[in-house]
Amino acid sequence: MRAPDTNEILLQIDGVALSFGGVRALRDVSFNIRKGEIRAIIGPNGAGKTSMLNVINGFYHPDHGAITFKGRTRTKMQPFEAARGGIARTFQNVALFKGMSALDNIMAGRTLKVRRGLLWQILRYGPALAEEVEHRHRVEEIIDFLEIEAIRKVPVARLPYGLQKRVELGRALAMEPDLLLLDEPMAGMNLEEKEDMSRFIIDVNNHYGTTIALIEHDMAVVMDLSHRVAVLDHGVKIADGTPDEVKKNQAVLDAYLGVAH
Amino acid sequence: MIALGQFLEVLIGGLMSGVLYSLVALGFVLIFKASGVFNFAQGAMVLLAGLALVRALDLLIANGFPYWAAVVLGIGFAAAIMAMTAWLIERFVIGPLVNQDALTLFMSTIGVTFVLEGAAEMIFGSDVYPLRLFPTDAWFLFESLFPGGILINKLDVWGALIAGILVAGLALFFQWTKTGRALRAVADDHLAAHSVGIPISWIWFVVWLVAGLVALVAATVWGTKLGVQFSITFLALKALPVLIIGGLTSIPGAIAGGLIVGAGEKIAEVFLGPSIGGGIEYWFAYVLALAVLLVRPQGLFGERIIERI
Amino acid sequence: MLYRETGQFKTAYAQDMAIFPIRQDRIGLGILLGIAFIGVPLLATFHIWPFGRDYLLWAILLPFLVLALAAIGTNILVGYCGQISLGSGAFMAIGAYSAYKLGTGVHIPLAWLGFAISIPPLPVLASILLGGLAAAGCGILFGIPSLRIKGLYLAVATLAAQFFFDWVFLRVPWFTNYAPSGSVNAPELNFFGAVVQTPVERYLLCLTFVTVIAFLAKNLVRGNLGRQWMAIRDMDIAAELIGIRPLYAKLTAFAVSSFIIGVAGALWAFVYLGSWEPLAFSIDRSLQLLFMVIIGGLGSIMGSFVGAAFILIVPIMLNLIPTELGVPLSTETITHLEFIIFGSLICYLLIKEPHGFARLISICKEKLRLWPFPY
Repeated sequence: MRAPDTNEILLQIDGVALSFGGVRALRDVSFNIRKGEIRAIIGPNGAGKTSMLNVINGFYHPDHGAITFKGRTRTKMQPFEAARGGIARTFQNVALFKGMSALDNIMAGRTLKVRRGLLWQILRYGPALAEEVEHRHRVEEIIDFLEIEAIRKVPVARLPYGLQKRVELGRALAMEPDLLLLDEPMAGMNLEEKEDMSRFIIDVNNHYGTTIALIEHDMAVVMDLSHRVAVLDHGVKIADGTPDEVKKNQAVLDAYLGVAH
Repeated sequence: MIALGQFLEVLIGGLMSGVLYSLVALGFVLIFKASGVFNFAQGAMVLLAGLALVRALDLLIANGFPYWAAVVLGIGFAAAIMAMTAWLIERFVIGPLVNQDALTLFMSTIGVTFVLEGAAEMIFGSDVYPLRLFPTDAWFLFESLFPGGILINKLDVWGALIAGILVAGLALFFQWTKTGRALRAVADDHLAAHSVGIPISWIWFVVWLVAGLVALVAATVWGTKLGVQFSITFLALKALPVLIIGGLTSIPGAIAGGLIVGAGEKIAEVFLGPSIGGGIEYWFAYVLALAVLLVRPQGLFGERIIERI
Repeated sequence: MLYRETGQFKTAYAQDMAIFPIRQDRIGLGILLGIAFIGVPLLATFHIWPFGRDYLLWAILLPFLVLALAAIGTNILVGYCGQISLGSGAFMAIGAYSAYKLGTGVHIPLAWLGFAISIPPLPVLASILLGGLAAAGCGILFGIPSLRIKGLYLAVATLAAQFFFDWVFLRVPWFTNYAPSGSVNAPELNFFGAVVQTPVERYLLCLTFVTVIAFLAKNLVRGNLGRQWMAIRDMDIAAELIGIRPLYAKLTAFAVSSFIIGVAGALWAFVYLGSWEPLAFSIDRSLQLLFMVIIGGLGSIMGSFVGAAFILIVPIMLNLIPTELGVPLSTETITHLEFIIFGSLICYLLIKEPHGFARLISICKEKLRLWPFPY
């Protein structure tokens, strides 16, 4: 795997803690994501991985700690602001817009790039139409890239799971994000689909230089794909490093093999 | 200055009519708790139950049945109608729509409303039918304290009494019967309940049946007050803001919401109405509910919802 | 000519993004518009069947057009943006009464400030459009709760709008220019010197409004804003995470929807009714519009037309068919039957085809495209 060119930190998490009622989902977690890398967050079920992603893109507000993204530190932010800041996201259970076609789903990902307002869109003429066509071009590039040309006008609810995941990735890519968060992009896929998805993730990282943080259960995939891996267990970070380092870490082995605490 | 006596009279009258709103709201809460359905048809169920009861009563009395027998048989007949309605709704509407989003379910109950209203009036007639199950004369209390005393309608007292009995009965039902416990399980999680072998469609039938019986009780009181007629459905609509104020999932909330709305709108009408044109009662409950929504969206007694993705 | 796409190659995305990418659809629409704009007026002017009397025009086509317009407005909010509304009737009323006030001159005495605001009567076109804008303003106001509350709760908020405005127009005499009966008359329908009077003229006026607004609405729903609305409808959390602001999306839906409904209300009052009372815009109207949208198809502009036609035609059929068969039904029975039919149809469609008749039509078209070799 090609390592990222720079050591520039894109996202820094410092001492983040989060609890729901009495349940402490995250306790004093710190780690960083470097620009251009593929960063994996792994851990057993209930380790707080999805909570971590939710904190990063503003859906949950941490009780303590700070998040520094592109040099700006904050503790609280709305999901919309995270999106505007360049963070895109896919979901563990596909969160597509069920009533819309694959094309419309991906086009919706362009929302932040749309410049013409309500009145222009009503007319849909001249500059407004030109802009719409321009977005369509960009979206068609993504559709080509993900090899989903044939299904672009199919309502997503009718698509099989693997393709839905692809459309969801497409929607995230349409945002042209700086940081792409993938929550179990390969859950429930067969081997072939997993290979395709891995290829797309690597290509996104290579072609567009997009920084990627992903959660995944399939260890083989994680170790192959990522440059660095952080391991969470019961809301605590127990290891952090290159795939090889993590593989040899005793705490990680214990967590996965279930040694009594 | 407004006399304290007058104020108390208005307040008590308002609280009492609030109890009537609570009676309808109770039916809503039951169904919402158990199946997540926001049942627009509760008012139509009150109309149907009332019409079935009053028409059966008229027929039985006209055929020479003694009054008490006619009442028992009439209530039995209306209850049977409500059971049939519950079965039909579960079988043909709510059952097939399981796992749909709340909005679809809500719109389907608007459809049910229209079917029930149309069918009820087609079968039982569409006039105003007087119902006399409870005394409707008035008491005058505290005549020594206030000039003229405080007027209290006996019917309202009956209504309050019945509401009390109903709530107590429902609480016992939920707490102590097997079906009641299963019902609470279903309310928590359909799928989980299903997987431990609770028959969902039976449970939902029971819920709609109980809601139908609550509607029947409401109909006896409403019907005695206003006569059984179509406009009852509009009064029943007021149970919606009552629910919002009380919180959608709370039985005590339904009672408290009813009391707040009843007292609030009467007081507003009497003391504020004359200066801005009267008829405040028409919208007061809704605007109050809107205000509550903006401050405390889950209602006064509702549970906070944590969202997950 | 068969219904085929074969041979129609698109060479630019703009072509693929046209309203009707298939040529046969475009031709069909052209014919329909031709009949509506030229055929019907000609037949009606010369009283040729079926326009022998003005019944068809007055009692069916005129209300159909205006209610279809209101249904488009309702559909934008309910069908596209997923925000349930039981208050469409109130927004029609706001459009109607605002247009009425502007058309007859606004006078607000501010005695305690020592002066009064007076606006001379505006031309009819301006009044109608400003009436729509007033409705849009109120729509935004009553849409604000939708930012904190969802779905069912919103139903109650819109009910609040319905009952509150019912009351306002009934009890605040200023809005009815202190008419003792509460009933008001529309100002003269003078459009740049041309006075609209006859049924045919009224029909053409409404048709023009409906055609223009339907096209613009279609533009909107297939553009970025329409996608934002649908995203909010389908999954609001995910929508927010891809950068859609719920505030903007929901309030624009409320505004656009209320504007269209308001214009429809003004047309209903000015062009169809001529003189009216607040009762014309009660909760029954709101439910009727909601039914049109569900039956015609949630999230479909064409569905709004289909739904409006259906809701208007059923009662007429219930009246006509039994009479023809020699068993006329009483008005009451017809009303009850109507209730039962609409109610059960709503339930049926929600279970079987949530996208209503519009989806059934598009399924037919899909089948037709492949006919006679479906594989």
